[in-house]
Formats: sequence, structure tokens, C-alpha cells
Amino acid sequence: MKELMLGNKAVARGLYEAGVCFISSYPGTPSTEISEEAAKYDEIYCEWAPNEKVAMESAFGASLAGRRSFCAQKHVGLNVAADPLYTMSYTGVNAGMVVAVADDAGMHSSQNEQDSRHHAIAAKVPMLEPSDSREALEFTKLAFELSERFDTPVLLKMCTRVAHSQSVVETGERQVPLKAYEKNIAKYVMMPGNAKKRHPLVEKRMEDLARYAETSPLNRMELCESNDELGIITASTSYQYVREVFGDNVSVLKLGMTNPLPTELIRNFAQKVKRLVVVEELDPIIENHVRTLGIPVSGKDIFPIVGEFSQNLVARLLGQELPVEKELPESIPVRPPVMCSGCPHRGLFYTLRKNNCTVLGDIGCYTLGAVQPLGAIELTLCMGASIGAVHGFNKMLGEEAARKTVAVIGDSTFMHSGMTGLANVAYNQSDSTVIILDNSITGMTGHQQNPTTGFNLRGDPAGKIDLEALCRAMGFKRVRVVDPYDLKQCDSVLKEELAASEPSVIISRRPCALLKYVKHNPPLRVDPDKCIGCKSCMRIGCPSISMKDGKARVDSTQCVGCGVCQQLCPKDAFVSGEGKEA
Amino acid sequence: METKNIMIVGVGGQGSLLASKLLGHLFLSAGYDVKVSEVHGMSQRGGSVVTYVRYGDKVYSPVIERGEADFIVSFELLEAARWLPNLRDGGQIVTNTQQIDPMPVITGQVSYPEGLVEKLRAAGVKVDALDCVGLAREAGSVKAVNIVLLGRLSNYFDMPKEQWLASLEANVPPKFLEMNRKAFFLGREGH
Repeated sequence: MKELMLGNKAVARGLYEAGVCFISSYPGTPSTEISEEAAKYDEIYCEWAPNEKVAMESAFGASLAGRRSFCAQKHVGLNVAADPLYTMSYTGVNAGMVVAVADDAGMHSSQNEQDSRHHAIAAKVPMLEPSDSREALEFTKLAFELSERFDTPVLLKMCTRVAHSQSVVETGERQVPLKAYEKNIAKYVMMPGNAKKRHPLVEKRMEDLARYAETSPLNRMELCESNDELGIITASTSYQYVREVFGDNVSVLKLGMTNPLPTELIRNFAQKVKRLVVVEELDPIIENHVRTLGIPVSGKDIFPIVGEFSQNLVARLLGQELPVEKELPESIPVRPPVMCSGCPHRGLFYTLRKNNCTVLGDIGCYTLGAVQPLGAIELTLCMGASIGAVHGFNKMLGEEAARKTVAVIGDSTFMHSGMTGLANVAYNQSDSTVIILDNSITGMTGHQQNPTTGFNLRGDPAGKIDLEALCRAMGFKRVRVVDPYDLKQCDSVLKEELAASEPSVIISRRPCALLKYVKHNPPLRVDPDKCIGCKSCMRIGCPSISMKDGKARVDSTQCVGCGVCQQLCPKDAFVSGEGKEA
Repeated sequence: METKNIMIVGVGGQGSLLASKLLGHLFLSAGYDVKVSEVHGMSQRGGSVVTYVRYGDKVYSPVIERGEADFIVSFELLEAARWLPNLRDGGQIVTNTQQIDPMPVITGQVSYPEGLVEKLRAAGVKVDALDCVGLAREAGSVKAVNIVLLGRLSNYFDMPKEQWLASLEANVPPKFLEMNRKAFFLGREGH
């Protein structure tokens, strides 16, 4: 059947058709929907793991047990899971195992734009790169065949435009190949004596895969008989941009497998064209391979390493005509993302800013606490880094720093990799204050459950980790819970914990305002007779509040009545109920 | 047929996903190749969001670039102006007249530009502007802004309205169908 399908959903469909039985993932844009869509198939066991490393290890266990398995993550997630991946390359698999990694060139929702192909090369595992939804489905299925045929985990590389674009796919039936588990110490116990025997097998496998790459249907030459001036080697979404610009009027070597790369196929293609250009986003990986073959080629001398590609970029850099465009003479105000109305993080960040705290942040919606007017966060690095960083920071700058420096980390990020950092604070005893922003969900990626929420990926009841008990078990004597809508409470507890000369944890607890089960208060309005236009309420950066004719005004379509602004107003001008409005 | 390009622009959380889903369904059932590209994650949080819908005999790129859009369908006036460079020469803007202040306007750093519809027209752009919030409310729900806009957009296509209604029926829950049909016709015929 033909249907329009999101790239990530097409991967999920491929998993279903390939007979996958087990999926464990940690959410991360742009990979999240793969696991969410796969969870809609009753035949597949599907879960959120606390982090990517645990997810990959769990998927490996399922493969060992003889069931086809899968895990998905964003590019930076693969760094977390790199440890198991690099040695799974040595052990190989039992049933097929595929690992999806979604790159985010252009950083739509990421902290860097690293190129995951480096991981495929370094871990010595094959990597497939679909260029649209149809290929996403087909390559996913083929990846499992390759995994079993070559006894290796296979990386499936997505990118934002393939993951989050819908295109037409043809669906098929599900077939489930099962294998039995067999004890095999030499293959699966990677102590030096065994690993030394496995490494030559890894090298041999890469040679076999390189031979497969020469004739694989994944890599195809699309020759244009009427034009031998230019030949383009490309992969992934860049292929679509090349075709968009040139139509059928250029010869293309389209690579669906980007590790290992073919050699003879490239030589053969290069001989057919006068000028050879590689069009690839991010790093020059295909280009460098072509250069090692001694073939003259253009690539990053023309195209940028930085940012996302597009058809206009390809057209411009390869000397093609660009469409005309119009612009208004006046500048259009930017519209950056903001914390939502009623976001529970707002009250806490206001309190931190008011107390002139140095805030070392983490990965999540609350990174928006760095944006003006809150301007409260001073560091964002990677998942869990806030706690490691506050420890080192306070150890070096001593008591004076510890009196005003805090780490802030979300509930999901804390479960992902904040716990180990907290163990370090407890163990090596820095006088640090760690604030867990518990909004009872993984917010940024679109509301996924995690080990603290009490529900699993399918929304069914699950184990629930008690954050307070966990912190106490680590040895924290000072564990406080505050409601971030209560500014007075936030302020007094923060002051007490900063003053305490021992490590402490503050849990700022209130569910994300966008959660369906959260009941909102009626919207507030401003009583124009009371408002003196002092702008105290403007310090929290609430998208519902603006100034009009010298008075504050509430957008009643956005306001959820959280009441944080009420606590800032010196004249009690924010009121509920009907009445005249400013 | 050459590929046609429709951009749907607005503010994160305004519900442009249903509009693109409906258009995707419409063009696919009319026998075209279709690609739809969305934005997820960080940029959704109240930021400027854009969805691309492309259809034709064979569609390659999932994105619409500067100077390429045949239509810009805008949920918010400032966003229509922001994405103007993506409109092709002679392209059409269909926009809601609603204004939502972005944070730099809220904090008073800059002001919301005035008279944008007139300024766009003065720049030689074809603009079809209507109060979609008012019409959606008239239909029964302010959430139907997207369907009001699509109703308006349908005027610019040769496809019979029955085809649009069939895609509407396939993409909204039955209990909201009547309200959405009303929204569609208010957009199509309203002023």
C-alpha cells in the first residue's frame, strides 16, 4: 500500500516488517518518533531506557537472546552509547541488531553538529544512509539482513530532513526470524585473550563489507549520457538537493552505504566524468576517501562544513541560476523559542537570578533559562554536565563560590546521567547545591516518560524512582522540595541551602504546564486602575504578559493562571475573574 | 507537472501540523508525488515554525527555499512578512491577520511593525488577509484557524471542493467534522 509517511515512522514500519521484537531507546530530536511509532505495534516490545548506553546494552541483550533488536538516539546520544558499540563490533550479534543515529546538521535542536559517520569508521561497523522515507523503510529491513550476514551491529544514519520529512512509501508484511541463544564464551566474553582473536575478524569483516559495497544495491550509479562534464558523489538528503537542482541532467553516484565506502565503483564513476564533486553535509568523509584513491575531486573547497545544505546552496555553489526573492525594507523582529506560559521552570529561574546565582545548566527546555530577561544560565554542555561542573567549580573557587553557585538539571536528564555526577558530589564532598527541576516528564523532546514518572513508553503504569529517597541513599542529609510557583518558598529554601556548608539537593517539583492532565486556573487579567506600569512583572519573560500604553496586559488565550506574576506585582494588579482590562 | 510549493508558517503551538497533514493527503489522493517537512524539538517552543508541502510528478528536496514558494499560508501576520523572501515572483500569501508579539516586542526592545498587509501589497506581493480567529470562533472553535486558512487557500486551486472535503473528513475526528466543514466554508467564502 502507498502512503505518505514521516521518515522516522518509515523506520518504525521497517522495524515492524523486519520482525524486530525488542526496542530500547532514549528520546532525542530528531530520532524520538522512531521508537514512539514502533510502540504502536503490539508485536514489538518497546521501552524508554534511562540513557542511550543502557538502551544499546539492553538491545544487545535481546539480540544475544536471539531476537532482532533495535535502539535509536540522536547524534550526541551515540557518544553516550559509544562504549558498548565499539566492543559489540568485536562480539558481533546473534539475531540482527540495528542502531539508528540521527544527525542534526543546522542544529535545529542540538548543542553541536557532529558527524556520526566518524563513529561508524572508528567502531568499524557498517552504516546505511537513507535519503527519504521509502529508503528509510527499505534500508531498515536490509540493515537487519546485513547485520546477520556479516555478524555485526549496523548503524542506520538519519538526519533531520530525512527523519522529519514525509514522503511516499510502500509497505509490506511482517516476517519474524527467530534464533536460539547459544553459549559462546570466545565470541561474547571480551577479555584480552578472546578480544585479540576477535579483532582480526573485525578487520576481515570490513574487507568483506567493502567488497559488498562495490555491488550492493545500496550504492548506485545514475549516469546521464548527454553530460560528461560533471559527476556528483552524494548521500542522504544531499542527494535530493542535487536532483532538485540538476534533475536528470547530471551523473550521480548515490551512496546508500557510507561505511565502508566502495573503491572500484568510485574509480569507475570518476572515469566517466570530467569533473568530480562530492556533495555531503558536515565533514569531508566521502571526499577524503576519494582523495586517498588518488582521484582529483572537489568537496569542502566549495561546500561548507558548517550547517545544513539545501537546493539553493547546491545551485549557488555549483554555478546554477537562483530564483529571485523579495524582502520588506524594514527589519522583522526575531521570534526565538521561549518558556511556555505557566512553565514551572520560570519561577525557579527568577529566584536564581534574583539571588545573583551562578547557574550551571544542563540539556532540556530549561536551557531557555539562559534567554533574556531571565538570563540565568551560564553553562550548557551535555547531558548531566551541570553536576560534574558545579563540583569542579566549587572545589576550585571554594566557599565564596559555593554560596552562590548551583547546578540545575531536569528529572529525565538527571536519570540519564546526573546520578553519577551526584554520586561524585556525595563521595568527594563538594559544598554544592544541586537543583533537580522535576516537571514529571521529558519535556523538550515532546513529553516522553522516564524512570521518575511512574509510566512507561506506552503510558502504562511502571516502576517509579523516588528522587528524595535516592538522594538520601547517596548520603545527602539536605534534600528539600519546593513548588516553583511559590516564589517566597523558593527564595527561602534556596538561601538556606546555599548557606549550608554541606552538599544539598533541592527538588523543584511541578508538572510541565503542557501536560494534558494538568488542570489550569482561569487566566488572569490586569486591573488598569491598580497597574502603575512598574514592569516588575516583565522580569519573568512570560509570553502572556506585555505592556500596552504604559500598563501591563495579559493575553487571555495564553495565560494559564500560574500566579507567578501576581507575586511580583507591588499593587496586586493581577486579578482573576471578569472585569475591565488594561 | 512542475513541483508546486506551499509553505505553512506560524508560531510554535498554533497547530500547523494538521494543515500540512491534510494537504499531504489531498495531493497524494490526487495522484501526485508529495513531500512534507516539519520542525520538531527546541524551535517549537513558541518560536517561529515552518512546514513545507511540495507536490508534483516527482518531488526531490523536502524543503522550500528562498524564491520558491507558490503559496505562503500564514497563521500569524509577522510570520508572513518574515518568510516573504521564500515567496516566488508572483506567488500568493494567504494569511491570518492575528498578531502574536514575539519576546523582543514583549520586553519592549522593538515594536511590532504596523500595517504589514499594506506594506506587503506596496511591495507588489499578492496578499489575501482575513481574520481567521474570528471566523474560526464563528464556526465553533478558535482551534479551527487552520481549517479556515485551508478553506481560503482552496480558492486558488482547480481541484473541486469535494476533494478538499474528502481530505478534511479523512483527517479530523468525526465529532469535529461538522464544525470544521463550517470553518472550511467560512474561510473559502468569508471576508
